[in-house]
Amino acid sequence: MAVTGGILVLFLLMHMIGNLKIFLGAEDFNHYAHWLRTVGEPAVPRRTVLTVTEIVLGLAVVLHIWSAVSLGRRAHEARPVKYQAKKKSHAQGYAIHTMRYGGVTILLYIIWHLLDLTFFVVNPKGGDATPYERMVADFDPSRWFITVWYVVAILLVGLHLHHGVWSAFQTLGLRTPRSERALRGLAVAVAAVVTAGFISVPVSITAGWVS
Amino acid sequence: MKLTLRVWRQQGPEDKGSMVEYKIDGISADASFLEMLDVLNEKLIADGADPIAFDHDCREGICGMCSLVINGTPHGPERATTTCQLHMRKFKDGEVIDVEPWRAKAFPVVKDLVVDRSAFDRIIQSGGYISAATGTAPEAHSTPVPKPDADAAFEAAECIGCGACVAACPNGSAALFLGAKVTHLGLMPQGQPERWDRVVGMLDTHDDEGFGGCTNTGECTIACPKGIPLDVIGRLNHDYLRATVGGKKK
Ligand code: HEM
Ligand code: SF4
Ligand code: FES
Repeated sequence: MAVTGGILVLFLLMHMIGNLKIFLGAEDFNHYAHWLRTVGEPAVPRRTVLTVTEIVLGLAVVLHIWSAVSLGRRAHEARPVKYQAKKKSHAQGYAIHTMRYGGVTILLYIIWHLLDLTFFVVNPKGGDATPYERMVADFDPSRWFITVWYVVAILLVGLHLHHGVWSAFQTLGLRTPRSERALRGLAVAVAAVVTAGFISVPVSITAGWVS
Repeated sequence: MKLTLRVWRQQGPEDKGSMVEYKIDGISADASFLEMLDVLNEKLIADGADPIAFDHDCREGICGMCSLVINGTPHGPERATTTCQLHMRKFKDGEVIDVEPWRAKAFPVVKDLVVDRSAFDRIIQSGGYISAATGTAPEAHSTPVPKPDADAAFEAAECIGCGACVAACPNGSAALFLGAKVTHLGLMPQGQPERWDRVVGMLDTHDDEGFGGCTNTGECTIACPKGIPLDVIGRLNHDYLRATVGGKKK
């Protein structure tokens, strides 16, 4: 969970920074999308770096989910008879309780998102448009519900990271009493930056600040 | 005090079991939770009924035998307190109190509120020991231990092996118990020879016994009557990685 999650967090940070290029205008953004496909040329053929990244990400997502499912299975088997009294949680943190259902929702979101902006199946513009045009059309004010869906999904990603980043350090045995405060802070910071960075883009388009 | 108890009654390991309600009156607010059950049991015996079976031994919070989930919380509402040290003044007059056994596949119910915790003994047998020289006690100063290590080891050594961490964990994991033992022995010079075999052996047995996997929810440390901190799980993971990926285990 920790290693694959770490790969996904790094991807999210890169992806978020790339998205923010939308604020620099159509040319910059389209150029960036183009660069993603040509990076590494001519040393390696076109799309090599992107394809390798996609494979690593795909594997990371699959293994991350596989670990979560096996842990959930083990948890279910480890307590065959449930408690009769109402479940009481004393541990602090809303994020902890959203990891499983939140994770599933994020998965559904990723599928939608790939159909939208990678394969253009559910995008109002098709493959002939530029990446910038697809983004602007996607989050058009008339399609505010798509923006809401993106925002909700990203808020869940933020919650996921809030517990996940800290938890990953604990799992890897890198959390100590001395680093506890710093790690909690890091988790909050990563979650906040990723959430704010991602949300700013669709919201700005829907609000008409980017067109 | 007047109370309504809803207690898990189960004839034996094969019985299905169910919650049975008991009304009880005249309980002193200064009685411990177990003394309150004693009063109820005396009444049940006088009535010719089967008394409620529950585990206990020292009744002073050091043996780890008492094991009741009270209103959904292992060892009841008071933090850092075993069931035997919990007093009835922590409850309201007229309260309805649910009393259940630890729930885990690795802790099967023997009868009523008594569970079989020998899975913990088997975990200890697979690494929770040191190969110390026997005989007369050695001179204490012959093996110096840095003070911070001694303090951290002592904190972990407070674990009484009660199993409340498992009972509280949504995953049914015993990671806190494992962490307490690995930290306690792994910080001491005497614990070094078996350090890497210990962590791998204990974790393997833990998994084989049917305990769940830790997802760092933190419920265990709050339920723990000895306040064993989550740090010990970090140390457990760290030692495990060093033993396996780090190649320390021979
Ligand atoms: C407002 C938020 C987001 C926007 C506007 C956005 C936009 C995009 C765009 C335009 C692409 C296509 C890039 C290209 O041209 O190759 C893309 C790909 C992708 N996005 Fe997002 N994204 C957002 C949030 C997220 C989140 C939160 C996740 C993960 C949890 C995510 C996961 C992915 C993945 C896995 C890909 C495919 C990468 C690839 O094909 O190499 N995105 N996104
Ligand atoms: S870690 Fe705490 S809750 Fe778990 S067995 Fe030890 S004393 Fe009991
Ligand atoms: S009876 Fe010994 S700790 Fe409670």
